[in-house]
Amino acid sequence: MKSKVIVFPGSNCDRDVAVAIKKISGSEPQMVWHKETSLSNSDLIIVPGGFSYGDYLRCGAIASTSPIINEVVKKANEGVPVIGICNGFQILIETSLLDGALIRNNSLSFICRDVYIKSENQTSIFTKKTNIAKMPIAHNEGNYFASDETLKKIVGNDQVAFKYCNQEGEITSQSNPNGSLENIAGILNDRKNVLGLMPHPERAAESALGCDDGKYIFESILS
Amino acid sequence: MSISNWKYNTEQSLVENHGLKHDEFESIVEGLGREPNLTELGIFSAMWNEHCSYKSSKYWLKKLPTSGDRVVQGPGENAGVIDIDDGDVAVFKMESHNHPSFIEPYQGAATGVGGILRDVFTMGARPVANLNALRFGEIDHPKTKHLLSGVVEGIGGYGNCIGIPTVGGEVNFHPSYNGNILVNAMTVGIAKKDKIFYSAAAGIGNPVVYVGSKTGRDGIHGATMASAEFDDDSEDKKPTVQVGDPFTEKLLLEACLELMKEEAIIAIQDMGAAGLTSSSIEMASKGNVGLEIDLTKVPMRAQNMTAYELMLSESQERMLMVIDPTKESLARNIFRKWDLEFEVIGKVTDTKNLVLNMNGKEEACIPINILVEDAPEYQRDYVIREPSKRIKIIQDQFDQKTIIPDLIEMISHPNLCSRKWIWEQYDHMVMADTIVRPGSDAAVVRVHGTNKGIAISTDCSPIYCKHNSFEGGKHAIVETWRNIIASGALPIAVTDCMNFGNPEKPEIMGEFVECIRGMAESCSYLNYPVISGNVSLYNETNGVGIYPTPAIGGVGLIKDLSKTMTIGLKNEGNIICVIGETSGHLNMSQYLSIIKNKEEGCVPEINLKIEKKNGMFVLDCIEGHLTVSVHDIGEGGLLIAMSEMCMAGNLGVQIEVKKEFLHAYLFGEDQGRYLIEVSEKNYEKVIALAKDYSIYIEKLGVVGGTDLKINHLNKVSIAQLVEKNSEFFEKYTGE
Repeated sequence: MKSKVIVFPGSNCDRDVAVAIKKISGSEPQMVWHKETSLSNSDLIIVPGGFSYGDYLRCGAIASTSPIINEVVKKANEGVPVIGICNGFQILIETSLLDGALIRNNSLSFICRDVYIKSENQTSIFTKKTNIAKMPIAHNEGNYFASDETLKKIVGNDQVAFKYCNQEGEITSQSNPNGSLENIAGILNDRKNVLGLMPHPERAAESALGCDDGKYIFESILS
Repeated sequence: MSISNWKYNTEQSLVENHGLKHDEFESIVEGLGREPNLTELGIFSAMWNEHCSYKSSKYWLKKLPTSGDRVVQGPGENAGVIDIDDGDVAVFKMESHNHPSFIEPYQGAATGVGGILRDVFTMGARPVANLNALRFGEIDHPKTKHLLSGVVEGIGGYGNCIGIPTVGGEVNFHPSYNGNILVNAMTVGIAKKDKIFYSAAAGIGNPVVYVGSKTGRDGIHGATMASAEFDDDSEDKKPTVQVGDPFTEKLLLEACLELMKEEAIIAIQDMGAAGLTSSSIEMASKGNVGLEIDLTKVPMRAQNMTAYELMLSESQERMLMVIDPTKESLARNIFRKWDLEFEVIGKVTDTKNLVLNMNGKEEACIPINILVEDAPEYQRDYVIREPSKRIKIIQDQFDQKTIIPDLIEMISHPNLCSRKWIWEQYDHMVMADTIVRPGSDAAVVRVHGTNKGIAISTDCSPIYCKHNSFEGGKHAIVETWRNIIASGALPIAVTDCMNFGNPEKPEIMGEFVECIRGMAESCSYLNYPVISGNVSLYNETNGVGIYPTPAIGGVGLIKDLSKTMTIGLKNEGNIICVIGETSGHLNMSQYLSIIKNKEEGCVPEINLKIEKKNGMFVLDCIEGHLTVSVHDIGEGGLLIAMSEMCMAGNLGVQIEVKKEFLHAYLFGEDQGRYLIEVSEKNYEKVIALAKDYSIYIEKLGVVGGTDLKINHLNKVSIAQLVEKNSEFFEKYTGE
């Protein structure tokens, strides 16, 4: 498995995701600086969390114009699996690889806590091994929003990857941490090879950190 | 000083506006052999203010124990360093940003975090944890809500963006902080013992390099402001508060750590308070050399900046380095990669002078030793107030039926309720090494890639410090020690942040002296030295000082993370034991303060011999896997600690107590106590071990059910406790 982790100025979960992938797959991912222009020989591309370009202008907006992004888009269109976590999700939305928008949490504050999510799509390479999973969120702008038309399209096309739920797997308004439309925590592209999600599976990939449900997402891709 | 005595050409008002006293100005003139020009006056003002010179506190700080087996670097560098085995070291320090945070809470707190982070990574350490100690005025004060929200948001805004977890802290509300809040930020970093970087400039002719952000006009005279009292016009000082840019700091952090791998840096110093002035003078003084700087080369954000402004700007995210000239282009390329400024602005000289040139003209020439060694040092007058006296508390005035309502009122109170609303705004999990999250006794952070961890806790009880400064000082140290023990770690060393009022008032100076004496006693007895710190004086508004607040940040080592302990109850049927004797000390307790609205009586005394024995016993129990949860008994007493264990573990407990004066037993604040949870199987072993240690232990109750029950009479559901405990902040800030 040759995985690549893109590093932008201000990325701060790049090391965390690399450690998790190494632990689960046994092989070390390659870190790719955003000014590079090639992603050849990639089996998996990760756009990690953090505050690329300080979240200035709009989360993910500046990173989405980085030199490496053309290559990420190209590879995604070729069918290479791509995951964007948290800020990575925001960046993938800015590139238009994924639909919708991520706006400010309805509480108007940063939220860092464990949440439960449930796989809606159960067949994609990212979601086939997960059902109800506990993992942390840590964001200010994770409130998923889409137009009626877009929502209809992604729901109809089974592109909703994860929804926020309670411990029992029920999708309730109390279990929605940030006001996301229909409790959406993560979505897929049309072709189902690009995933964006707000929760951090890499922070929940070993029991010493309180929970290891996050590893199923990585195992799902790696298997 | 009347105008008629003034014999200098320099205007007296100009000198006074720079915070310099008449005799201080006299010694400048004497040292230079002439009157200083404006730039030089600014430099002296910046170096000789209380914040940078420690002129009132230096004499007393020397009385703190600062050495120990594991101390690699004590006070005097950017941060202290301790050995944590295997060639690893922990680098840490706590610093205040009180004055700026009161004027502009978001930026004040944010740049406080930024500053302490730089202190730590300047030493070559990757920061792994942020903590804080915050004090606000009473909740009904018109400014408190705004200040609380702003400070919390600012701390989160900076720490979250740079990607260092904020793993713990403490928050208190008390009227003594109505006009002067305290924002103390602590950072812990990890480095290799043979890769620590220091600030002493060396190598005549070596280039002096400026890196990071450009210099603007922000924060000019920040350190001087931080050394003055506030009045009603303090809001006008907003322009002296700096603006933080955590994104640039992240780039600076990565660039510095990348360069540090290259053996290119000879000396490095961050530009914190008093910016380019203090960093250049610090480096020259430590290295016993001179520096010559061409200010025209300093990267500038604003046009037409003067030498005065460039030297006194407190623009953030900047560093000064002396580098190996053969590595200059390598270093430049690293900073270019990270899109940061990199400019050679001067060189190391053998003149022992600080020489500043601008546009070919000499703007200043000051012998370094006048600035540093000749800096004023005062032994200020002090008077020690009598500690407050014991009051008699009569049992007849208490009804046992009020115990549960009293408990609920206490755990709902701003000073004892859950701090979840705060820590959920901080990313406390980034870096994926947070083993114990906020809300336990100490936060535990794994040393990356190993199975060991460091436990960190910040603490202080200002009420104790006010009413018995000696016992209060002792207590602040001991409280962190206990918290670290309770998390399963061996306490190693502390950093301190000494927040006090105006030291020119003898009674305030007396509080400082006594707190230091108490701290020194605990540190010495517990072999728990002070390795870094910061002093913040003049915390007064309109002549009213804050309560003495020596905030302490303690650090300990857990060699095997499988022995990490948390406070949450684990299993039904387990036995809860109290370690340490309870006499029922209700004097000066949270109970009196919250329930009876009285701040009265004597402060509980700490017997350090018993304290140490009890602590070592608890640590031995944890080492031997004899306990499954541990919590120290702190403010609010035994029942508060017990309910915190219930809430954290979502389990009930049945308490059996045969005491006449139940309120005193359950809410008294006797020192040196812990609660431990032990399985039935290990109970006899624990009792036997307690006998070996000859410590006091008693059985309190049994874990089980969904209620906290006391003697079958009083009970409350854990769900209700959780609800009451987590209500305050959301309600308060949502209003």
